[in-house]
Amino acid sequence: MSASDDRPAVPAESPSVDPPGQGAATHTTKEPENRWSTAFREIVGGSWGVSVGAVLLAILAGSILIVATDENVRAAAAYFFARPGDMLSAIGSAAGDAYAALFRGSVWNYRADSFADGIRPLMVSLNYATPLIGSGLGLAVGFRAGLFNIGGQGQMILAAIGAGWIGFSLQLPWPLHMLLAIVVGMITGALWAAIAGVLKAVTGAHEVITTIMLNHIAFYLLFFLLATPGLLQAPGSANPKTPPMQSSAVMPKIFGSGYHLHLGFVLALLAVAATWWLMERSKLGFTFRAVGENPRAARVAGIDVGRTTVWVMVVSGALVALAGVTQVLGTSTTGFSTDVDAGMGFDAITVALLGRSNPVGVLGAAILFGAFRAGGATMQAAEGIPIEIVTVIQSLIVLFIAAPPLVRAIFRLPKPGSAPRRKAGDPAKEVAA
Amino acid sequence: MKLELRGITKRFGSLVANDQIDLVVNPGEIHCLLGENGAGKSTLMNVLYGLYAADEGEVLLDDEVVHFDGPGDAMEAGIGMVHQHFMLVPVFTVAENVMLGHEPTRAGGRLDLEQARAKVREIADRFGFHVDPDAIVEDLPVGVQQRVEIIKALSRDAQVLVFDEPTAVLTPQETDELMAIMRQLRDDGAAIIFITHKLREVREVADRITVIRRGKVVGEAEPTSTDAELASLMVGRSVELVVAKGEPQFSDALLEVENLEIVDRDGLVLVDDVSFEVRGGEILVVAGVQGNGQTELAESLLGLVEPSSGSIRLDGVELVGRSVDGFLREGIGFVPEDRSVDGLVGTFTVAENLMLDRLDGPPFVKGASLQIGARDEFARRAVEEFDIRTQSIHAPAGRLSGGNQQKVVLARELSRELRLLVASQPTRGVDVGSIEFIHERIVATRDAGVPVIVVATELDEALALADRILVMYRGRIVGIVPADTPRDVLGLMMAGIAPEEGSKVA
Repeated sequence: MSASDDRPAVPAESPSVDPPGQGAATHTTKEPENRWSTAFREIVGGSWGVSVGAVLLAILAGSILIVATDENVRAAAAYFFARPGDMLSAIGSAAGDAYAALFRGSVWNYRADSFADGIRPLMVSLNYATPLIGSGLGLAVGFRAGLFNIGGQGQMILAAIGAGWIGFSLQLPWPLHMLLAIVVGMITGALWAAIAGVLKAVTGAHEVITTIMLNHIAFYLLFFLLATPGLLQAPGSANPKTPPMQSSAVMPKIFGSGYHLHLGFVLALLAVAATWWLMERSKLGFTFRAVGENPRAARVAGIDVGRTTVWVMVVSGALVALAGVTQVLGTSTTGFSTDVDAGMGFDAITVALLGRSNPVGVLGAAILFGAFRAGGATMQAAEGIPIEIVTVIQSLIVLFIAAPPLVRAIFRLPKPGSAPRRKAGDPAKEVAA
Repeated sequence: MKLELRGITKRFGSLVANDQIDLVVNPGEIHCLLGENGAGKSTLMNVLYGLYAADEGEVLLDDEVVHFDGPGDAMEAGIGMVHQHFMLVPVFTVAENVMLGHEPTRAGGRLDLEQARAKVREIADRFGFHVDPDAIVEDLPVGVQQRVEIIKALSRDAQVLVFDEPTAVLTPQETDELMAIMRQLRDDGAAIIFITHKLREVREVADRITVIRRGKVVGEAEPTSTDAELASLMVGRSVELVVAKGEPQFSDALLEVENLEIVDRDGLVLVDDVSFEVRGGEILVVAGVQGNGQTELAESLLGLVEPSSGSIRLDGVELVGRSVDGFLREGIGFVPEDRSVDGLVGTFTVAENLMLDRLDGPPFVKGASLQIGARDEFARRAVEEFDIRTQSIHAPAGRLSGGNQQKVVLARELSRELRLLVASQPTRGVDVGSIEFIHERIVATRDAGVPVIVVATELDEALALADRILVMYRGRIVGIVPADTPRDVLGLMMAGIAPEEGSKVA
């Protein structure tokens, strides 16, 4: 049956049906929205091939930058026509040294004497990856449900406030104190995210706007709490910084004090498994995906779209909050300041995109980014290459992933392969046969 | 101008949408292209219009091979297309729409609206269309909008006119007027291709009929052929066009709708003081031209639209004010009008779609977790019972053909304990083979003692299924009449003219 070509997807008619006699002329008005939501879905849920290709392209583009700014290469370029071999070998050693340093700093230090020292870079990478896993999962859950949660910063700050306050102010025995701090931190982060969910469900306010605004509110709330004696500010100090966490609230190191990697990484792995189960095997996740893919059909199927939106934000916020909790209870336990989120709410967007909104993919993407961060530091120290190159590579990854669907949406290009050798725009929309 | 398509073949991956199609259309001839949905008619026309490039074959105009890279080339060569969904800008006037893409200009790039107006008037006068060049298109009735499309094609001196399912949105009266226009254009020397799957229209206007099935020309037919002959050519076997059903056996179940009023956000009354009853074991067809309140009426029966006043009672229990979930829990099966938007999540698998509105508890949900085993087992059974043609129960539902998508929706809605079935245009865009099956299942539901409401815009479907027919016009009930009411009476009712007193009570 050749129905797919004979009846192309016609843009949805507006739900409020027109009065008699005016039915047919409104088709074109709905089209742009469809186009953009299609682009959104393609960006956040594309294929693995694009992810791998984007990383490779970004690394390639990164090497061009490294090579172009390398002094030896530039010196050799001056006499390129006399001895081209010099420049080529300079290029090779510049790029090679840079990525060797990146590898040495992120995976395995082959210059170290013992296994214990050699493996240390990997532990650093995983440590950097830990908060990215949680926040990436949070973003991914939102993407799958059609929500763009930009509020990672605010949710992490609120999680840090909740977990941190429990962590330094209460007196409780070890596992209990730590668990309580984790739970409270996740709840405060989730509730902060829920505000945006409720606003969307009740008033229709777009979550991108509200979460960004909530980021600012959270930042200045934390600033106020840190600057006011008797609240979060460390007693006897004028600095906007909290007291250190009590040792009973701190997450223990997994492989002893020699390595930074702490319990938070295990929690992040558990979160990966839990998120997979939630999205693939639970009723709640089923409703999340249904609302994300087709809210109208979800509504007809009796799913309360508004309530589901709130729950999506709660779950997304709780996962992002896990990142904030591991920061204050695991990574830097000496108290935190207004920069506690370290921009990870935004890095999480990249991680979720690169991971294709899939929990296992997010794990891989977060570890890759953790490795970039760890290796970038070594690269700077050993080869004098600015660590900003890592940021450039990360940004290029997003660009390469997001660009094809975005470019298609902007120029109304057909999807490659869907209808070969066609010149005009999508005929499904023009002809609606 | 004579149009000839020679050996047109168009493939999409492994699917052959058009397979060696030959077609000749002479000037002064209405050539009907008949075939089910998905037979490849629209693909063929898109090849002709330059939207698709054919993999093999060629297009000839007056015996010369032509090559189109897009609709612009096709229009230039004298081919005009009247689309099923009008390609008009609603807020523009008739004249502005007609000149769009072909704007006559005066010095300095200023639009020459006067010239466009004159052109509209000239064409309208020639064919006796009553169209005001300065009317805003969105204010015009659908039938007139379609004439604007025709004028648009004619203003580019089109000599080959393609009408792609032009009657889908028209009342029977408007359809008759369109056919008169087509005859007039033919007598004026145009070559006309008329695409449709409605047999009555074919026999009325066609000079020649070509039947397409599964991308191939399966035969030519004479306009004198009977419906049954044409239908069997279309589907490859003879089709029972009349649904076999006995006298209704009433049960105690009862749906009562009383003084229902639905107002949209702008304060426009969409459903106006509607009252009726449906007893268990009968099918009430809600007929009318699309956009006369039937959609909102159907949606209110699932709680999707909140009525501003009135009541909906199922077996004496008031339902107004409940959530959609609350309606579903009462055992209401709902087949939405637009299945691909409202009935299915296209990216979900067939199995996932089959449990979409059954998340309340067993067998598909236990506690918080989905029961994958129960789901897949049910899906396998449903695919078999409803003859859903899919590669696997794990294939995305959006990839299925229209008929098979509809079967997924029906399988879901009919596989549970029902106390009311509401089906909106259950066979829209469905192939003839599936129509028969869908009608049978709806009648079986009625025979099980369930009250059934079917919203239909096509008279054929209304007459085939109904025990009684409720006709709506501008949100009001024109009348509720027995199923043996003559077509012309129903046609008039759909245009808002009430039948003589006395036949109103059924």
